[in-house]
Amino acid sequence: MMNRWQFVKRLAPLMALMVLVLAACGREDLSTLNPQGPVAEEQFGLMKTAIIIMGLVIVVVFAISLYVIIRFRRRPGDKTIPKQVEGSHKLEIIWTVIPIILLIILGVPTVQSVFNLAKDYRDDPEAVKVIVTSHQYWWEFEYPELGIKTAQELVIPTGKTISIEAKTADVLHSFWIPSLAGKIDTNPGGNVNFMYFSAPKEGVYLGKCAELCGPSHGLMDFKVKSVNPDAFDRWAAALQEPVALPSDPAIAAAFESKCLTCHAVGDMGGPAYPNLTGIGSRESVGGILVNVDADDKKYDHEDTVYNNLYKWIKDPESIKPGNNMVNQYDLTEEELEGIAKYLSELTLNYE
Amino acid sequence: MSAHTHVEGQLPHEPEKATLEGRNKVLGFWLFLGGETVLFGTLFAAFLALRHQVLDGPTANHLFDLKLVAYATAILLTSSLTSVFAIQAMHQQKVKSLINWLIVTVLLGLGFLGLEIYEFVHYVHEGHGFTTSAFSSSFYTLVGFHGAHVLFGILWITLLIIQLMRKGLTVVTAPKVYVAGMYWHFIDVVWVFIFTVVYLMGKVV
Amino acid sequence: MAHAHAHAVKRYSGIMDWLTTVDHKKIGILYLIAGGFFFLVGGLEAILIRIQLWKPQGTFVSADTYNELLTMHGTTMIFLAAMPLIFALMNAVIPLQIGARDVAFPFLNSLGFWTFLFGGLLLNVSWIVGDVPDAGWTSYAPLAGTTYSGDHGVDYYVLGLQIAGIGTLVGGINFLVTIINMRAPGMTFMRMPMFTWTVFITSALILFAFPALTVGLAALMFDRLFDANFFDPSAGGNAVLWEHIFWIFGHPEVYILILPAFGIISEVISTFSRKRLFGYSSMVFATILIGFLGFMVWAHHMFTAGLGPVANALFSIATMLIAVPTGIKIFNWLFTMWGGSIKFTTANLFAVGFIPTFVMGGVTGVMLAAAPADFQYHDSYFVVAHFHYVIVGGLVLGLFSGLHYWWPKMFGRILNETLGKWTFWMFYIGFHLTFFVQHFLGLMGMPRRIWQYLDGLGFNEMNMISTVGALMMGIGTVMFLMNIVITSVKPKGVANDPWEDGRTLEWTIASPPPEYNFAQTPLVRGYDAYWKEKQDGHSGMTPAEPVGPIHMPSPSILPFFMGMGLFIAGFGFMYSPDWGQFLGTSLTMGHFIGIVGLAITLICMLLRSVIDDHGFHIEEEEILKDLGGKA
Repeated sequence: MMNRWQFVKRLAPLMALMVLVLAACGREDLSTLNPQGPVAEEQFGLMKTAIIIMGLVIVVVFAISLYVIIRFRRRPGDKTIPKQVEGSHKLEIIWTVIPIILLIILGVPTVQSVFNLAKDYRDDPEAVKVIVTSHQYWWEFEYPELGIKTAQELVIPTGKTISIEAKTADVLHSFWIPSLAGKIDTNPGGNVNFMYFSAPKEGVYLGKCAELCGPSHGLMDFKVKSVNPDAFDRWAAALQEPVALPSDPAIAAAFESKCLTCHAVGDMGGPAYPNLTGIGSRESVGGILVNVDADDKKYDHEDTVYNNLYKWIKDPESIKPGNNMVNQYDLTEEELEGIAKYLSELTLNYE
Repeated sequence: MSAHTHVEGQLPHEPEKATLEGRNKVLGFWLFLGGETVLFGTLFAAFLALRHQVLDGPTANHLFDLKLVAYATAILLTSSLTSVFAIQAMHQQKVKSLINWLIVTVLLGLGFLGLEIYEFVHYVHEGHGFTTSAFSSSFYTLVGFHGAHVLFGILWITLLIIQLMRKGLTVVTAPKVYVAGMYWHFIDVVWVFIFTVVYLMGKVV
Repeated sequence: MAHAHAHAVKRYSGIMDWLTTVDHKKIGILYLIAGGFFFLVGGLEAILIRIQLWKPQGTFVSADTYNELLTMHGTTMIFLAAMPLIFALMNAVIPLQIGARDVAFPFLNSLGFWTFLFGGLLLNVSWIVGDVPDAGWTSYAPLAGTTYSGDHGVDYYVLGLQIAGIGTLVGGINFLVTIINMRAPGMTFMRMPMFTWTVFITSALILFAFPALTVGLAALMFDRLFDANFFDPSAGGNAVLWEHIFWIFGHPEVYILILPAFGIISEVISTFSRKRLFGYSSMVFATILIGFLGFMVWAHHMFTAGLGPVANALFSIATMLIAVPTGIKIFNWLFTMWGGSIKFTTANLFAVGFIPTFVMGGVTGVMLAAAPADFQYHDSYFVVAHFHYVIVGGLVLGLFSGLHYWWPKMFGRILNETLGKWTFWMFYIGFHLTFFVQHFLGLMGMPRRIWQYLDGLGFNEMNMISTVGALMMGIGTVMFLMNIVITSVKPKGVANDPWEDGRTLEWTIASPPPEYNFAQTPLVRGYDAYWKEKQDGHSGMTPAEPVGPIHMPSPSILPFFMGMGLFIAGFGFMYSPDWGQFLGTSLTMGHFIGIVGLAITLICMLLRSVIDDHGFHIEEEEILKDLGGKA
């Protein structure tokens, strides 16, 4: 038994090292292994505990396997019959009890964490409330206390607890910001889920849909942008300011008759589809076409705001197959360019 | 081991268990009923989950007529009793009595089914159709699955009556009659649960 | 016993023999062929998926096709490949292992096969028609409802699985009764081989799990075909209810799949270590416990569905508990090898390779059991890696092991060992390449079931490695097929006990066995019955009866037609709104076809009930001739 414990002692630092290596894995704004907020940190902590325990188990099993495979292989021509062992109560008790102990070590923090992460901040006056409604294939974010609605980009103040209420307008989706918090499903029919998270640091974090919801499930990304509380207030105020229509009357007419029938801008338009207010200053168009300066374009899905808007409005089916904007309108080239330009200049200055 | 070792007239006391085939059949049927229990258990669970979702349709309390259902229950419970008499007759090798009791069982089953159909037609007139609400869908599915089981049982026992008339009681026919009896008891028990969970609870909560 | 009047009975040959057979050994081969075929189909779908994910923003297949591929890959592999391949080995081996001449219900056995096959064909006809299921193998509502899946794709899923499920349920009952009622004299429960034990528990799980799926599928079918409202939230239905019903079936299903693999591994490792299975009784106990706990943990698939902390905590702990009996098994295998004389045949390579692989799948299972951490893992590639480690690294390695091990018993020929070892290394390395990296993809934020991933997220290299691995697994599978072809042209005629270290009853009879399996039912004197006789210096088993005529069941074409009737019925009901009215009546053409199909099945049932099957006898002389003077 002494040997066994020394073995374990020697192994533990190895495991810790492995965890460190893991922690360096993946993008800061996307990886669960690189948590950027207390909720993801708590979850990562539990993951680390589990990985260390399970790493131990793996090492023990692998070591015994290797030893057995090498030591007891049959030599050619060997006709001997090994001793037929029925079993060993002592050994069997050991490998029943040790796993139980390991499971208790893992089970206790698990249960603690389950209840900790199930805290309900919906009535906490300090928390920022957001109602998340998922749609095929976009995200709607409503701030009921502020009376504002936006889409695709969840802007939050740093350090504050964000209390999420999640539901869906159509099929099941799942709301996931890997580097900030684990996911929660969005259920239909008044079956509302809630969760919370916070981001201490300013930054943009990637969010994903994590439940198969149709052809464009894999493209249903969103962004979480954490800004300092003052900037957040400025953003919320800017979002409520009236927005002017395009200056060119022809473009304005096309925009009103073909876009505002579904979308909202400022206090105009319908609420059914993504709110476009401030779309020009968002990080992306359609959740996946990332906006960059013309010189910084590195990947296929990156381009300038204008180009991204142009691409999206021209042929949304090619960007997100099966989305509801397909075949809903008919724009001339001039209208298309004009609307893309107008939207790209529809910015909110709050930073 | 062959299925026709015993000639008629020399049947053992429990002819359904005289051969390995017979014993297999009885055991297999017990297990099948275990699976059926899960089937109805899941249907009950679905019904319990959805029974308050009545939308614009009539509520359970408004809809159910306990008197009618009580009659149906009495009829079905009686038929279970008559099927016991049938099996007793089989064990005493009274083929004629066995057939008669089975006929009574089938007639009672038909009576039950008739009441159920009348009940369903009545409900549809009340605006409680299959597609009205989640409550109505789960109600008709649960009670309908049971009704379909009753119908199948009636057809099955009728077929056995014909076989008994033509072939008599043998070690081949005996296990068939025995498992049909088990089946009939099972759907009776399921009905007791339906009566309690669907109808009585529907009246109360 | 001795009443040797044989009935004249038709004994078919050629294709009719295969369509009408009620011989469990032949049905086993039918399951092997059909399950193998669907395994190739599902494997091809997997490779297409991996080619699509080879590079970021791939356009090899469209988004719609991708969802069809992932749905059909999962559904096919679970229901049409894994289950039937397990049934293939069950049929080929179980009656032999318990010293029985047949299964309890030969007719139902055949019915089980044909309903499975016709259900599987119905599901795959969707590819030809072009309306393919695309809501995932879990087919969560409301996505699987008519509002969001308007074409007939999900109908194929619902009806195909319903029909195939009947076959599975029937098979489960059959093996339960066979094992309970038909063991040879002396074969007590605690002397049954481990494979028999695991099949026994698996059959029990089938019996109690599949009816839940039956109800779920029926409800979804009612929703889709008859406008019921079970899962439609706009009419008061409940989408989470489907998740519950599906996983109450779905989680035991995982154990239905893995337990037989545990059994195979136990047999193979024990045989090729020339050692008795270490801790047999604790192995039996662990199997039962896993089966029992398998029903208590379904909601761990739903940690993110919002069941609340109490449910999540309970299901976390219950799930973790399964690690204990599983750990017992792992260490028992290792200590079976400890002190043994291990021969690395292909079968044993797969079995030994199984142990560390399955442990890796098991530990990620425990990690997933911790609900708060699962909020991060859930529906990410971490989960994809986990369940492929368990199902491919567990079950498929087990199946390969079992097939190489029992192939000589089934076909009288040993598979080529050199090619077999190549198969193993190609498949094994390919497997780890494919799935090991997927753990990290998931942890780095890649959700599962996605058609494309964007460039620059750090997913590119690992996805490429994964695709290379998948291709290697494909090559490994092709090698196995080549091995079958090469072997099948060689002459038959291996010994009763070709591995020379056989321990159980199947190795006491000819390879392949005669139709009646055992000329004389053996008398079992202990665990590892054949090994015990060998150790006591006997050449074979002590018979429990004199040689005499053996009663056999008649072949029948009815199961084939019953399966076909259900196939036709499924088609008819599915297309009831599409094909107009039947001859101007209020009945739709589709309903008419559906009723005809059901009528075919019911009439076959009627015929089966009315016409007594007297079977036939194999006479003493024939048996003695088979024994070749050895008696």
